[in-house]
Amino acid sequence: MSLHTPHIDWFGLAPVFALVGTSFVALLCAVLVPRAVRRIAAASVAIAGFTAGIVLAIWLYVDSANGHTIVSGAFYRDRWTALGQIILCGIGLATTLLAVEHVPGWGRNADPARRDDHVAEFFALLLASAAGMVFFVGAANLMTLFLSLEWFSIALYVMCAIDYDLESSLEAGLKYLIVGSFGAGALLFGSALVYGATGKISFHGIAAAAASQGLTGDTFVVVGIALIVAGLGFKMSAAPFHMWTPDVYEGAPTTVTAWMSSATKVAALLLTFRLMTTAFAGDQHLWGWAFAIVATASLAIGNFAALVQRNVKRILAYSSISHAGFMLIGLSAGSALGGRALMYYLIPYSAMAFGSFAVVAARERELGVPVTLDNLAGFGWERPFLGVAMWFFMFGFAGLPLGGGFVGKFYVFAAAYQHGWVWLVIVGVLATLVSLYYYLGIVRAMYMRPAAELALAGGSPPRERLLQLTVGAALVVSFGSLFAVQPLIDLARHAASSLPL
Amino acid sequence: MNATSLTSILIWLPIAGALLIWLLPLSRYATGSLALLFSLAEVGFWIEQAARFDFSGSGLQMEERAKWFGDLGVSYHVGVYGFSLWLVGLTVVAMAAATGYGFWVGRERSRAYFGLMLLLTGATVGVFEAQDLLVFYAFFEAMLIPLYILIGVWGGARRMEATIKFVIYTMAGSLLMLAAIVAYGLKAGTFDLVDGPTSASRWLFLGFMLAFAIKAPLFPFHGWLPDAYRQAPPEVSAVLSGVIAKAGLYGMLRIAIAKFPDPTSFYRTTVLALAAAALVYGSLLAFRSADFRGVIAYSSLAQSGLIALGLFAGTDLGFDGAVLQMVAHGLISTSLFLIAGAVERRTTTGEFRLLGGMARGRPALATLLMVVGVISLAVPGSASFAGEFLILAGVFQRAWWWSAIGAGAIVLAAMYMLRLISAVLHEARGSTVPDEALDVRPGELGLVVPLVAGLLFLSAWPAGISHHSFFGQSPAATVKSQFK
Repeated sequence: MSLHTPHIDWFGLAPVFALVGTSFVALLCAVLVPRAVRRIAAASVAIAGFTAGIVLAIWLYVDSANGHTIVSGAFYRDRWTALGQIILCGIGLATTLLAVEHVPGWGRNADPARRDDHVAEFFALLLASAAGMVFFVGAANLMTLFLSLEWFSIALYVMCAIDYDLESSLEAGLKYLIVGSFGAGALLFGSALVYGATGKISFHGIAAAAASQGLTGDTFVVVGIALIVAGLGFKMSAAPFHMWTPDVYEGAPTTVTAWMSSATKVAALLLTFRLMTTAFAGDQHLWGWAFAIVATASLAIGNFAALVQRNVKRILAYSSISHAGFMLIGLSAGSALGGRALMYYLIPYSAMAFGSFAVVAARERELGVPVTLDNLAGFGWERPFLGVAMWFFMFGFAGLPLGGGFVGKFYVFAAAYQHGWVWLVIVGVLATLVSLYYYLGIVRAMYMRPAAELALAGGSPPRERLLQLTVGAALVVSFGSLFAVQPLIDLARHAASSLPL
Repeated sequence: MNATSLTSILIWLPIAGALLIWLLPLSRYATGSLALLFSLAEVGFWIEQAARFDFSGSGLQMEERAKWFGDLGVSYHVGVYGFSLWLVGLTVVAMAAATGYGFWVGRERSRAYFGLMLLLTGATVGVFEAQDLLVFYAFFEAMLIPLYILIGVWGGARRMEATIKFVIYTMAGSLLMLAAIVAYGLKAGTFDLVDGPTSASRWLFLGFMLAFAIKAPLFPFHGWLPDAYRQAPPEVSAVLSGVIAKAGLYGMLRIAIAKFPDPTSFYRTTVLALAAAALVYGSLLAFRSADFRGVIAYSSLAQSGLIALGLFAGTDLGFDGAVLQMVAHGLISTSLFLIAGAVERRTTTGEFRLLGGMARGRPALATLLMVVGVISLAVPGSASFAGEFLILAGVFQRAWWWSAIGAGAIVLAAMYMLRLISAVLHEARGSTVPDEALDVRPGELGLVVPLVAGLLFLSAWPAGISHHSFFGQSPAATVKSQFK
């Protein structure tokens, strides 16, 4: 009996292998490298892995003008995948730099001597989750989709609980595990229904089967789509699948939160856009409306719930829900413009999300307690650079023209308007208005508290050069994307041209 | 240097200055001097621009265009018309005076403060020069960022409520404007203000108009105004009412009226009624107001109404008068707020019941306030008399009763201005006015006197602006032809 093995385009999978390979090396560091240099060794491995990932993904982007599937139709080698991988590896690199000083988290009283015990495992997990995500954005059938989703999710569950002597961290990991498994289950069930109806698992095959067998609007397919939307909605933390987000973001070490809030969203939204436009193009009126409603719900719930929060990580968690809503506006349009809008939006968004959590991490380290609006008082004047960065991110989130967030909002509104959904533009506009209140609340807390409250924190904070570096990089990306709109949009357009729009 | 690059220099020079000030660890004195230097350089560049401006030429001048993002037809497009030239001039002059005032009183946290003032300068100039809707929107919003922090950090005791109200009000308007911009631009295929077609959509007109009516403000969108003007530091109130409010009125002229001719005529009576309401209501409130800044704040509301009356009259005289009055009132209210700041610094309050008798022994203060006050109440021969006369004559051509209302409001202006002057300068000495309170110092004089000189110059030659704002003999026809 001869076993048939498909031809494998190894280069098309190179970023994935680079990350998986370095993940193993980082894991070896945990046992082979002495504790004194373990942190720096594992971090170096992670930096090497992400740098290699970026280089290879850029190479793939240049070299994959004609997108196609590889490994018997299991994985896309095209520019949509490659651009997503570049963004993901960029975030991964920033996370690594942040983690050097900030993993495990500082919100605890554990023995400082033990800080290096499990740091190499953290980098191994980070690389493994990144590998899962860069595989996920290129998934071309329901099997690889589910496989890679579980792959990065399992790594994230552990990362959430990495501060294992801290109750909130363990709680976050467990919550994410249970809710995430529920979402994965929904996704799996939906996939099964779609497979049952069409007999295909590849995205193209599903579309072809639906078209040839007249399965557009078929009950099994529609229920399948609904369950898949729900499953992916959990990952992108869109309402009403968002319940885990504030708790997990609050409880997880802030470095992990920064990674999750930016990278997971990138991966989930890019994959969802591809899946919907490729496999379910015939049912666009259905999923378009579904996502428009999910977007409206996310905007409403994210923004209104954020208004009453005091904990800054929870505010940012709700803000990330509302931004999922904005990006889903672009996604629900399902057009080439929507794809561009989504891809563009993700770039400044992930920079701002990452940067703002990094700033929170710095304050957390200084105080040793969770950061709230109250103990943020005076932060802007004490740490001018981080303060300016934070107000920059907050105004950028709110869509004021201080960064690419403004152009991103403009693009998703344009996509919705072009689709004929003026009401969705109005919803987005009103949501932005509500969001101003809590974004400005953070700026107010940092700069405008009466003088008596300003003298709260004592001592001189650590220098944290790497943290400053990552925040600076996030600033450059979010600010630069306002001026470099055309090049970024060109990249996004080429990426979106890989999709059947 | 060629003339076209002046347009961009005027926008980006102060913004570059702001970044420089944030980066350089200079002392308070050095920071203030550097900021003042930048704002004076702005004035210099503007004079150069005005000197090179061809008032007999038609269309947009000193135009610069660069691609920003092509797929939606958005470009960085800036340039000036006659009327925008005057508003840019008003901006740089008023901002220089305000920056100088901040330097004079020695604002705390000087690097943040002066950087923000310069940022505000650049953004406001950008609003008046932008010729692409998205660029216009970006600068229109960008003004809000420094204003929010300037009021929130350096403002009075109740600044928190004031800033929140201010931001929510203005953002509510401008976000609806963003929706209108998206709709207009995608339908037209371009966001360019010069190339873009006119539109007959009433919804879009309302989307733009709401933003401008909040910014200006017109009745009944002025809810943010009294708190913001009272709680902001005086020099920020000065630019808020002197300059920023003009951005709303400028938007009415440049976008709402020019791009939406049919909806403008459809809603003309409504807007004129709101403008007249702002004029009368603002004047009454100014007369009833119990403090210095309250009077100026509500009189700004009244003046915005008057200017909108001129703009929406849609006649030659109305347009000419509106532009003249924008500049004249800009200079007046900037001066008045700076004088109010000087008074508050000496007495710790602006409340009339605690003030009084400040003229005795303080001739410079008395003269300054008297001169500005008299110009402000539109005494015949003053710049604002010329402006108000043109506006009233312009709106008279629409219907006589509008100018009857306007003329009545001018009487009210005389009442509240004289009340202010006598409550501060005359009457019995107020309980908070110490004997040793100094007259205005040379530094303060140096800030206000140039503004007053500008007003006197305009009083002598109002046609300098009113005949040099629009190309051709008929401003109404120029507006109708999209300023071509």
